[in-house]
Parts: sequence; C-alpha cells; structure tokens
Amino acid sequence: MKYIDEFRRKPLIGKLAGRIRAAAERGRSHSFMEVCGTHTMAIFRFGLRELLPRNIMLTSGPGCPVCVTPDSYIDHAAAIARLPGIIMATFGDMLRVPGTRLSLEKERSRGRVIKTVYSTDDALNIARNNPGKEVVFLGVGFETTVPTVAASIITAAKEGIGNYSVLSTHKTMPEALRALAEDRSIRVDGFILPGHVGVITGSAPYGFLSKKFGIRSVIAGFEPTDILQAILMLLRQKKPRLEVQYSRAIHPGGNALARRITGRVFEPCPSVWRGIGKIEKSGLRIRKKYSRFDAALKFGVKVAPGRVNKDCICGEILKGKKTPYECRLFGRACNPDNPVGACMVSGEGTCAAYYRFGKR
Amino acid sequence: MKMDTITLSHGGGGRKMHELIDSVFRKEFADTALDEKKDSAIVNLAGRPIAFTTDSYVVNPIFFPGGDIGSLAIYGTVNDLAVCGARPLYISAGAVIEEGFPKKDLLRIVRSMAKAAGKSGVRIVTGDTKVVERGACDRIFINTSGIGEIYYSGLSQAKIRAGDSLILSGPVGDHAVSILSKREGIGFSTAIKSDSAPLNALIRKILGVSKRLRFMRDPTRGGLATTLNEIASGSRFSIAVDEAAVPVRDGVRQACELLGLDPLYLACEGRVVLVAAQDDERGILKALRSDKSGRMAAKIGSITGDYPGKVYLNTIAGGRRILDMLSGEQLPRIC
Repeated sequence: MKYIDEFRRKPLIGKLAGRIRAAAERGRSHSFMEVCGTHTMAIFRFGLRELLPRNIMLTSGPGCPVCVTPDSYIDHAAAIARLPGIIMATFGDMLRVPGTRLSLEKERSRGRVIKTVYSTDDALNIARNNPGKEVVFLGVGFETTVPTVAASIITAAKEGIGNYSVLSTHKTMPEALRALAEDRSIRVDGFILPGHVGVITGSAPYGFLSKKFGIRSVIAGFEPTDILQAILMLLRQKKPRLEVQYSRAIHPGGNALARRITGRVFEPCPSVWRGIGKIEKSGLRIRKKYSRFDAALKFGVKVAPGRVNKDCICGEILKGKKTPYECRLFGRACNPDNPVGACMVSGEGTCAAYYRFGKR
Repeated sequence: MKMDTITLSHGGGGRKMHELIDSVFRKEFADTALDEKKDSAIVNLAGRPIAFTTDSYVVNPIFFPGGDIGSLAIYGTVNDLAVCGARPLYISAGAVIEEGFPKKDLLRIVRSMAKAAGKSGVRIVTGDTKVVERGACDRIFINTSGIGEIYYSGLSQAKIRAGDSLILSGPVGDHAVSILSKREGIGFSTAIKSDSAPLNALIRKILGVSKRLRFMRDPTRGGLATTLNEIASGSRFSIAVDEAAVPVRDGVRQACELLGLDPLYLACEGRVVLVAAQDDERGILKALRSDKSGRMAAKIGSITGDYPGKVYLNTIAGGRRILDMLSGEQLPRIC
C-alpha cells in the first residue's frame, strides 16, 4: 500500500534501530514519553520496544482522548441518554468507558438509543433523518477531531438543524504538556509529540518545552520508521530543541483553516483530565453564539461528581509515573472486557496496549 | 453474577462470548460433546461417528458483495462440518421473517440457498418458517443445522506438536470488509468481495495429500487471531505467526488503516487455517494453490514450545508481541 509500506520496510527499520543503539550513550538512561495514544499503539503493534537498547525507556503520556475523559462526563452523557427522545451518537471507543455506575454500552443494552458513528457527518445525517428526536454527539478528542465537530455545528446552524447538539469535553495538547513539564516528580528527557495534532497546530505551540523547560522534543509520524527516527533525533540533539520528524505532513504554520473553524465555534476553558485533574485553558467549550448546540446547556442535566476506584492508578500511568505492571488491578480485576479504568478501554489506552501486546 | 445484561460484545466471537458460553450454556447443558469445543459435535449414530452442527445468521446487510444471508447460512454450516473431517450431507433451514419483508427478497435468498446447497453437494431436507411483528427481528434471520459423515477422524488439538506448520488457505478479512463497505453510516466503495464459499471440496483435496494433518478451523467471527487463540488455549504449545506472511488483500489493508481495524481480527467465511506436520507442508500448499480459492495460500507460522497456551506475532518490523483473542465487539452482525 503506497505511503504506508515505504515506512514499514524491515531493512530501514533495522538500520534505524542500529543507529539508535549506537547513539544511545552507554551508562545513562534516556526516558522519552510518547504523548499520544496512537504512538503507544504503534510501538506495541510493531513490537518496537524490543528493537531498542535497554537504556531507552518509553513512557506513555496523556494523549488518548478517551483515557483522559473523566467519569463525570460519562455519567453526564448517560443521564442525557436516559431522557426521552434522545439519540446519542458517539465514536465507538467511548462505549465501554466506565462511568461511576454504568458504561454507555450497558446503558444501550438497557434500552438507551446510542449509535456508533464514524464521523460528525453521520451524526448530522441521523439528526436530519429523525426530526422528532434530539441527536446528541459526544464531542471527545484533541485538536485533530475538533475542527470536524466545529464544522458540524456550523452546518447545523446554517441548515437550521435544531435537533443536533454536542456534549463537549474536547481538550487541547499544549497546556497538558506544560502541566507535565512543570511536575517535578516526572522525569522526561524528551517528548515524542503527536504528528496529527501538529498537522493542525503547526510546531509553534510546543516551542516552550525546550525554551522554558529544557526538554527535547520531536513531532513524529506514526509508522515504525517515523517513531524510530524521532527517537534517533531526540538522542542526537546536543541542545534541547523542537524538531519536526513528520515533515511530509506538517506545514510549519499548521492548518490555519481548521484552526479558524475551531475558533469560530469553540473557546478555551478549564478542563478536568482523568487522573491529572483540572488544567486551565486545556479544554474547549462551545461559544455563546452557538450555545443552542451545547448539549450541556440544552438539557440542563446535573450529575453528582464521580467516584473513582481507589486501586486504579490510571492517573499515575497517564502521567508516565508508573507502568500498568505496577497496578494491582492490571490483568486481573481490570482487563479489556471488564475495564476499571479508562486506560484499559480505548484501543489507544496505555493499559489496553500493555494488556493486548505486552508480556503477561 | 456481575454481568446482568447481555451486551453486543457477548456476541462478538471473542473472549466475552467464550465466557458467556462457558458460564451459561456449557455449564447448564453439561455434555461431553460440548467440552470438545469443536466447530461441530462429534457423536455416534448407529455405531458410526457423525458431525452435527448449528449456526444462526443475522448478517446486516442481507445482500453484500460476494454473497447474501442465504448462501452464507449454507456455506457456514457446510464449513463447520468440513473442518471436522466430515462430508456434509443434510441441512435444515429455519427462517424468522419480519412482517413487511418483500417477498421478492425472500425468493432471492431462498434461491441462493438452493444454489449454495447444490454447489456444496448437500441436501436441504427440513425447514421451519416463523413470521414476527415489525420490530421483533430485523428483516430476516436464518438458522441452519447440518449433519455430516466423518471420513477422517484423525483431527485433534491434542495431536499438535512443536515444529508443526501453520497454513492459511487464503487472504483474511474479505468478508468483513465487504459487509462494512455496505453498512449504513460507514459505506465506502471497494472492489473487495466476501470470501463466503464452501470449503468441503478443498478440504477433501488436502486430506488426500496429507496424512498428518493435525487440526483445522475456519476463522469466522473474531478472525484469525481469535481462532488461533482457541487452538492454543489450554495447550502445551504456542503458536508463532509471521505477520509478513499472512495474506491480506490491499483493499482490506486500506479499509483497516482507514477505520482503525486489525485484519487479523476480521471475519472470513471461506478460509481454513490448518496445522500439519512440517513434512506435509509442501504437499498441502501445492494442493491448496491448485484450487482457485487457495491461490494465495501461505505458510503463516509454526507451532513452538516457548510460550505454552499463547499466540504471538513476529511483526513486520522485526519485533515480537502477544496476539490476543478479540476483546469486545469489533463489528456486530457480521454473519
């Protein structure tokens, strides 16, 4: 398959792994965090850890949107789904995320109408085809997903689709990275930053990592050679700086149109990240002008704050402080079929990746 | 029991479905034939071993590129018999039809069943029809049961040894992708057609050239990865799969990259995965490749002794990872 196979060629992968071994200074360890869940998945899927020398440690960060979604959001969505005449539309990953009481999958088995969609276009179509129902789309995701959600709201406004709304828990990357960089208890020598977020934001928003905190960073693509090359680039940096590995897709200025559309509909707000807590300006809420499409305001449902399982260490894992192997629940009480924490649910969750692909 | 309602993931063909079967059906029915966990029950009738199987078909959409719910219902049952070393003979067909279902669609399905039965050399000898009110089922559900005569009784998981070869008769994922391409809300255009087909003739050919075929199974729901886990589960051997050797059509890979699916978990409806002594490998591959449906057959791995009970994948990148059973639902109503 073109543009994929080229980046999965075994000889090239072997060559890069050899160069990494040569560049990784002996006698010291290098701790790199892949921030994004897609990277975590790719690293496991291709078995890349095995190709790296022992003194390179990869930790997984908070870049899986499903994983950082707090329980209270699921409870909120479930409460709305229980109202009469609601059709809830969501990406499939959200279905099995445990709320305080039930996941949306279990709510669906109890009669709530919850549909899996592959795009906001599908959700809008459901709204067009069911004028007597209220269609609520679960807005989860980072800079990459938000533009399409914003576009769906603009379309709904233009076409007068009044029965469509979005329950937003959208989040943005830079402020979460700042929170990680400021946390002195986390040791990160370098960040592997998500390439697809970079396609939208450009590289500028991440400059502070090296400038202010002295942390090396590389914006990377998602194929095996991308990730290995990014690790090599991190190792070879003499002075901490920000580099772009994913140059075939990233324009330095990012995608201005996508950002403009996002900015028209959404504005920054504080946001709660599961396991990390509230981070200022790290979320996106729907602007006043479009408030009639804000499901949180439209349905005015109140939910009690969530309770978390005390043994679940998702929070520590999302910050890269611990690995799933250090969790008492991992692989026993918590597995992909009966997830306790969100990191076990999403296809991109750290615990799910360790469970599916790691040693057991 | 914590699990108080049945969710779609109980029907996905993966770990949750196995748990449900073990904790409810197998436990309450308590029969030694069920404990064999084969695609068909092997029972004795008038002193002769026969294979007996049943399957229900709820596929959505009912017509898809390369087949329909009718032919699928015949081939699925034929294949469950064939992989147990049986010659499929008689099939029963039960239909649950939703009121308002177009008669011309019913006729099209039933004609397709008749044609499929002819192609596989089985007779449909008994049937049942029920009509339910609108909303009580989705258009049409079909159940088929089948009986076959065992002509090769040497197949058993217990015969699998380290050093044996793992062979797959053709590319994975064609059926799932053909269904997906027609699904409401996903629809995309692809040239991929379902691989839904009878395997009995092909398997007969293989059994003609291999005296040391250990075990066979057709990787349907849950895909190749789940089937291999079923084979390895509870055993003293492990299965090593060579990712680069698993045949996958480009159209299937493209759909997978786009939709975030893994081809190793996608259903097939006309493929068989075989474990055989290494000496028989060449003969089996030659027999498979001489058949139209087996042209892309390949050795995809081997039986090892290093991680008993597990399946692992040697990745295209040169790494190694566990290949687990499917968790949750990848796609509901695939067959």
